[in-house]
Amino acid sequence: MVDSEKGSFTLEKVSVTYGKEMAVTDVSLFIPARQVMALIGPSGCGKTTLLRCLNRMNDELGNVTVGGKIILDGVDINSPAVDPVALRTQVGQVFQKPNPFPMSIYDNITFGPRTLGIRKKGELDAIVEDTLKRAALWKEVHKNLKKHAFELSGGQQQRLCIARALATSPECLLMDEPCSALDPISTQLIEDTMEKLKNAVTIVIVTHSMQQASRVSDNTAFMLRESMEEPARLIEVSETEKLFTVPSDPRTEAYITGRFG
Amino acid sequence: MKSAHHRLDISRMGFSRTADVVARTIISVVAWVAIVILAGIAAFLIQNSLKALQELGLWHMVAGSDWFPTSANASFGFLPAEVGSIWVTAIALMLCVPFGILAAIYLSEFANSRVKEVGKTIIEFMAAVPSVVFGLIGMTLLVPLIARIFDLSSGLTGFTAGLCVGIVCLPTIISISEDAMHAVPDELRQGALALGNNRWQMAYKVIVPAASSGIFAAVMLGLGRAIGETMVVLMVAGNAGIIPTSPFLAARTMTATIAQETGEVVRGGLHFSVLFVMGLVLFTITFLINLVADSVLERQRRRWRR
Repeated sequence: MVDSEKGSFTLEKVSVTYGKEMAVTDVSLFIPARQVMALIGPSGCGKTTLLRCLNRMNDELGNVTVGGKIILDGVDINSPAVDPVALRTQVGQVFQKPNPFPMSIYDNITFGPRTLGIRKKGELDAIVEDTLKRAALWKEVHKNLKKHAFELSGGQQQRLCIARALATSPECLLMDEPCSALDPISTQLIEDTMEKLKNAVTIVIVTHSMQQASRVSDNTAFMLRESMEEPARLIEVSETEKLFTVPSDPRTEAYITGRFG
Repeated sequence: MKSAHHRLDISRMGFSRTADVVARTIISVVAWVAIVILAGIAAFLIQNSLKALQELGLWHMVAGSDWFPTSANASFGFLPAEVGSIWVTAIALMLCVPFGILAAIYLSEFANSRVKEVGKTIIEFMAAVPSVVFGLIGMTLLVPLIARIFDLSSGLTGFTAGLCVGIVCLPTIISISEDAMHAVPDELRQGALALGNNRWQMAYKVIVPAASSGIFAAVMLGLGRAIGETMVVLMVAGNAGIIPTSPFLAARTMTATIAQETGEVVRGGLHFSVLFVMGLVLFTITFLINLVADSVLERQRRRWRR
């Protein structure tokens, strides 16, 4: 049964409220394990808000209430039994702007594992090599892992952040417009990386680029906030190819053909 | 018609350039006046120190162990005052550095916006309270308390003064460290949390190291403030002109010595000049501390400007 595969998310009637204002409502969505799910839609349509529900980063904002159910591997991640801190080692995140810590490449990657209590140098070395290889950065940096992360280029920093997120061996990786601050060559490298990564992790990517969504994702969800008075909703989700060629909703068609957004 | 319009534009540009030159000149003059005043202070200190430096020599004063300025066989050793200053400053820093940094971490990373606002206001207010008020509180509350706790005949000790000075320096350290932590980009917090760290791990593993140069500068400025503090030590340190071999003895700092004796000496005399040498030593120490703190802060600023 596909449903029970480790690393899949099931969202049931998820809503997000900031204070009194409802930002997202009624999102029901199945995110299959080890595939890439793209979230697309115009600015302010709640893509990032929804993404941040999946590792409970919205908790950090204070007055945010998440309604509905988000089930990861059969567990409702919003239930009191779930520790958001532990959840985040299972659901990693890569941010819009590369955010390496002000320390060496090696220390950046071992940051998560050390938090989990891994101290043995051999084990940490293996994690660093493995994750850097998976993030397609090993060849460029393996000679000098003590180099300060700030000395890397923007694209390299972002791949370092991917490696850092992989270091806690998450089941799922959330990517919030990971290429929006990068040049086309770096973007290409990261897209290639995602292609390889999805053998092992579920990827949910928020992107403004429909080309990117069609290149990298297996499934695409289109979100839309139709007016400022009402919250954003999920309009349509289907296999990427289908969504971009024969969308079932006229609003999806209008968006992907560039009539708004 | 067209050319007249064109000429008008050029003349207006000329006006704004004049305004720019005038503004720039005024600002540069003001800046230079500040620098000249500072240089003037240094020159004045040196000029008045010359007599003592020539008659006694710097080493006699800086490394001399006896302070008998008024005896027939006068001796002007700074060591009693220097050791007093070291005790007071060291104890003050031991109190205000850990407390100050922890308070800054709390305000920057844990407090909600209302607590943070109130906290920062209180700290700024604390920084504005004249130190004589802290001296007063120290004298009435701390002095008897210290005497009782450590079973001393008098609570007027270097230790007591250190505690009071530590409280005086606390706002400086909290406020500048908090600024440094606040300047750490939010993306780093998000990154640390998203890797499965709790807030405390995030604070000590990412925020404090990232703000370390600013925190260091805060400590240096606190140190400068502690060395320079006068009124509190005059009131609670006990004012004894001998080398305090323990912090639980009465002590007198360099600042307190100058403050207490300047009014009683003959203007232009040797004792008068010796006090200026002491002032020059203090001036040099605090100047160097501020210089180091400033260069470290500048380095931090450049780091986040990438």
